[in-house]
Amino acid sequence: MKQDIILAGVGGQGILSIATVIGSAALEQGLHLKQAEVHGMSQRGGDVQSNLRLSSDPIHSDLIPRGAADLIVSLEPMEALRYVPYLAPQGWIITNTVPFVNIPDYPPMESVMAELDKLPRVIAIEVDAIAKEVGSPRSANMVLLGATAAVLGILEPDKLRDGIRRIFGRKGEEIVEANIKAFDAGLASAKK
Amino acid sequence: MADKQLLLGDEAVALGALHAGLSGVYAYPGTPSTEITEYIQGHPLTRERHVHDHWTANEKTAMEGALGMSYAGKRALVCMKHVGMNVCADPLMGSAMTGANGGLVVAACDDPSMHSSQNEQDSRFWGTFGMMPVFEPSNQQEAYDMTRAAYDYSEENGIPVIMRLTTRMAHSRAVVTPDDEIRPQNELHYPEHPKRWVTLPVNARVRNRELIKLYAKCEEDAAKSRFNSLTDGPDHSKGIIACGIAYNYLMENYPDGCPYPVLKVSQYPFPRELALTLAAMVPTILVLEEGQPLVENQLRGVFPSKIKIVGRIDNTVVRDGELSPDDVRKALGLPALPTFAPSQVLAPRPPALCMGCGHRDFYTALNNVLKKDYPTARVFSDIGCYTLGYMAPFNAIHTCVEMGASFTMAQGAAYSGTWPAVGVLGDSTFTHSGMTGLLDAVNADADVVLCISDNLTTAMTGGQDSAGTGRIEAICAGLGVDPAHIRTIVPLPKNYPDMEKVIREEIEYHGVSVIVCRRECIQTARRHAKK
Repeated sequence: MKQDIILAGVGGQGILSIATVIGSAALEQGLHLKQAEVHGMSQRGGDVQSNLRLSSDPIHSDLIPRGAADLIVSLEPMEALRYVPYLAPQGWIITNTVPFVNIPDYPPMESVMAELDKLPRVIAIEVDAIAKEVGSPRSANMVLLGATAAVLGILEPDKLRDGIRRIFGRKGEEIVEANIKAFDAGLASAKK
Repeated sequence: MADKQLLLGDEAVALGALHAGLSGVYAYPGTPSTEITEYIQGHPLTRERHVHDHWTANEKTAMEGALGMSYAGKRALVCMKHVGMNVCADPLMGSAMTGANGGLVVAACDDPSMHSSQNEQDSRFWGTFGMMPVFEPSNQQEAYDMTRAAYDYSEENGIPVIMRLTTRMAHSRAVVTPDDEIRPQNELHYPEHPKRWVTLPVNARVRNRELIKLYAKCEEDAAKSRFNSLTDGPDHSKGIIACGIAYNYLMENYPDGCPYPVLKVSQYPFPRELALTLAAMVPTILVLEEGQPLVENQLRGVFPSKIKIVGRIDNTVVRDGELSPDDVRKALGLPALPTFAPSQVLAPRPPALCMGCGHRDFYTALNNVLKKDYPTARVFSDIGCYTLGYMAPFNAIHTCVEMGASFTMAQGAAYSGTWPAVGVLGDSTFTHSGMTGLLDAVNADADVVLCISDNLTTAMTGGQDSAGTGRIEAICAGLGVDPAHIRTIVPLPKNYPDMEKVIREEIEYHGVSVIVCRRECIQTARRHAKK
């Protein structure tokens, strides 16, 4: 079994915290894993992505081929669309719906949402609002991870919760719980 | 078996070096190489073993420091991005002539597709040029294993080894299983061949002939290396040579095994003997390599051959840029996978200066002066975050070439009649390669305004220490700039009137002016505030 994930967002949004939790859970499960990240100039407010590949068999390429991504997980709706040519025909998009506007020519939101609507399997949620609702305003990324868990077949939600505990453990129990709450809220919203 | 670890390719090189008994890392930050040194700086073995881990002023001083450590018999690592190899070319080429005493590994991280760079030069050429072996890992485990092997190889053969990574190898994580054995560090011991280390012609001529012979031996070693392999396949209609990470993209396209014979190359000089064996099996050879067509050119030669060579030169493989599994798939003649059409509503999102960044306020004030009153001005900039001043809404700079070129190009243009001629660089670039140019300006009494946009760090690569922090004005005065024309300003919107006044005054002064524009990088300031 394999699962290829493109994590997308804008430099500074923190897509790597999502990758870190999934990575930790995958490592614990003895899965093979490759995770290509973006460092350097491109991080400065530009579009960023990370290719995360999980598999029960050895993985060759660090990059996901076009048409092979099982999931596109994005903290920003237009950034989700940027990687659509990488999505497999049966693949899922899990995206935040709130735009990050730091460019003058950001397209109208209606057209961004219309493009997303054209695709067959999309989970679109407002991650910041959900995080605030459950009292974890700083854990919006974990809301998105929770929504991802609804369709991430290769790792059970419980394994991801364990991952959150491992990654945030040294920051204290309160922060762990806030992140778990956000994760659960994301998972519940995706199942709606 | 030691614990499995999830490591970037950069970190695998770092851990391999530490486990090989490293005594010092010498490096200047540069994407995608920075994380090698940062990993070593954060590792407990570094403190336990007193491994030298300070950032150096530039790649040349790094290479020289490491060569001195090698002379003293200890194992040293030099790390840099590909263009850093140009900066350290002199000691690098010299190190092949002196040879290595303690193991010496030079990690060069190339950036094909120029994610964060000004060109896509291929560091494997330095191996051919300087007659040094090059190791090019294809995965993170190999990066660890090969770094350890490179130290032994360097000492056995008395030669530095170049470890070549590309962006994707450097910045991708995978599981690495380190060796159980952590090798002790070397004791201080001096070279067996002291004459080599004094490269007077009388000694260098002798060494040059030895080096030519050694390079031939290195090629024989490469043909036998466990990192290079020739694997047969059932279909002999073509053969494939896959170098470094290109091997992964090849195998990605054949999950059940490649049907063609494959020569995997991760250790150079290129093992011609293995290529001849492959050529005896097939009529056509496809060359897959990340970077420039080094191997392909070597195979093509000049005269016609019975073997057809295809690759980047004939556009079977995309001619430039980073390779991808899709590029390789196309080159193999396999159909593209079905997918969705690209979205039509996308807007590009280029990198930009952070909101609140001091460089923004500096460029705003500079533009307010130049665009209004000095329309003939030219601004020569440099390598760093502030290069983003080229982008809208600033459109503030006219050139960016390489580390330090701002201060020196401004002088050449000023002498040619450009006025005002303004140079702009950052504090870390100033101490890397700007100080010597400033000395030139003082000696020539050039009519230039040289600005140091000082954010107290090496920001673009993530906030490493900057070599001259706290001493910028003293350095300028020491180099001979008239203290009356070393002006310091604080880039904030409320200070625009003062900043503009200083800029105007120094433009009107017809000599060397230095304007130090200082405010901490907001990224490092945020981190300091959290602590």
